[in-house]
Amino acid sequence: MLRTKTADVLFGPVFKNNPIALQILGICSALAVTSKMSTAGVMCIAVIAVVACSNAAVSAIRSYIPSSIRIIVQMTVIASLVILVDQILKAFVYDISKQLSVFVGLIITNCIVMGRAEGFAMKNGVGISFMDGIGNGLGYSLVLMVVAFFRELGGSGSVFGFQLMELDRNGGWYNPNNLMLLPPSAFFIIGIFIWILRIFRPEQLEES
Amino acid sequence: MSQRESLGNTFLVALVLCVVCSLGVSTAAVALRDRQETNRALDRKKNILDATGIAYDETGAPASELSIDQVNELYKRIDETLVDLETGEYVTDIDVETYDERQAAKEDPKKEDSLAVAIEDPAYDIGFRQRERIARVYFVRDEAGEIEQVVLPVYGKGLWSTLYGYLAVRDDLQTVQGLTFYEHAETPGLGGEVENPMWKAQWTGLYLYGEEGNPAIEVAKGVAPEGNQYMVDGLSGATITARGVSNLVRYWISDDGFGPFLRNLADEMGLPARPGLEEENEATSEQAEPAATEEPNDAEN
Repeated sequence: MLRTKTADVLFGPVFKNNPIALQILGICSALAVTSKMSTAGVMCIAVIAVVACSNAAVSAIRSYIPSSIRIIVQMTVIASLVILVDQILKAFVYDISKQLSVFVGLIITNCIVMGRAEGFAMKNGVGISFMDGIGNGLGYSLVLMVVAFFRELGGSGSVFGFQLMELDRNGGWYNPNNLMLLPPSAFFIIGIFIWILRIFRPEQLEES
Repeated sequence: MSQRESLGNTFLVALVLCVVCSLGVSTAAVALRDRQETNRALDRKKNILDATGIAYDETGAPASELSIDQVNELYKRIDETLVDLETGEYVTDIDVETYDERQAAKEDPKKEDSLAVAIEDPAYDIGFRQRERIARVYFVRDEAGEIEQVVLPVYGKGLWSTLYGYLAVRDDLQTVQGLTFYEHAETPGLGGEVENPMWKAQWTGLYLYGEEGNPAIEVAKGVAPEGNQYMVDGLSGATITARGVSNLVRYWISDDGFGPFLRNLADEMGLPARPGLEEENEATSEQAEPAATEEPNDAEN
């Protein structure tokens, strides 16, 4: 029973209850950091770490938090964790932290983090909240990586910086699609992603 | 009303939370500061090495792929000094190590002894209203200690962000050795192509100043005409970034930027004066007369 619940919490958000595809949360960063897979990947790890830790921390102190200031308490915990992550990135992966620039800081405003703290961690135990954080982080990461894959392939002809299609400006044959490099293309890709997901999971369709 | 919801408890929770969180954040900041500083310094050195091309000449790889020791070893050929942009003279009473030009540029220019200067009616717009009075320059020297290249830090606004870079100039003070940008937030793939090695390679060998001695180098719109000594290809889909790059390079080599310093240096190195320099010199002869306390180097080339 416990085992299935953990698995549910962990993998449910990946397809069944994906925070981006179904709850449409956290879209802004999905647009901003997905033009390259390596930056998107680091962003995913950062978000997974922040959601999991903030969920665990909020859950651990949930019985002491007065309801009148609970949102502020959650915000403070999340903001501290994000600053921590930002500092660590600057110390250990400097190049990538330069590319992510302000977007790491903007994890604070990512609705997924706050949504899980308020919606799940305030009512559940520490362990299961931590798992829920990882699960939701994974769901977010899946969408981000899919978007980044198509954007990097279409816009730069490469995957994880590895050149698959030589660009014409470097003497190759592939003329890159500039739209793919611009944030709006992420909207199209997320839209198509949701469309395909809902073909396989018709229960996610909204009633018209 | 339960104990948890009471006013006292609310304050207590808020207080404890703040203390715990701020302790955590400040511990991390202090513990990781050294590493971050090292990273920042290393990144700067790598970019200078890339602009000068010596990383590639010596090892066949760009500086970003070299180890820390290799970078430090190559960097021994480079020394840095401060110059006053207004007079073009060396500044010796400020510590090169600790001087922070970005902080200096933010000071109020109207203040007495301000380290910042207002930019009024510049010929080339870099998107700032004021800049630092004292800038850092880097010299690349050969074994004999003769100047091989001068590296000038340059910056200016692109489309979304300020582009910060290094412009390396050969010892004729006319030919570009290289240009790199180490910090910007332009769109990857469009304006971000200022980092493309193929594009950066086009800068090498171009001339900075035209016949009249005014800044002539620029980023073309579209493809640069064949055989033109002053133009690099434009960046497709990045007109505003490209214009920003043109402006910032021209601004910093013009008389608003490093112009006075480059003149002094030409004099010091025994190079022929830049065309158009004469009238300028007469007009401001007092000021432009270099106070070359160092021994004049023998002219090279």
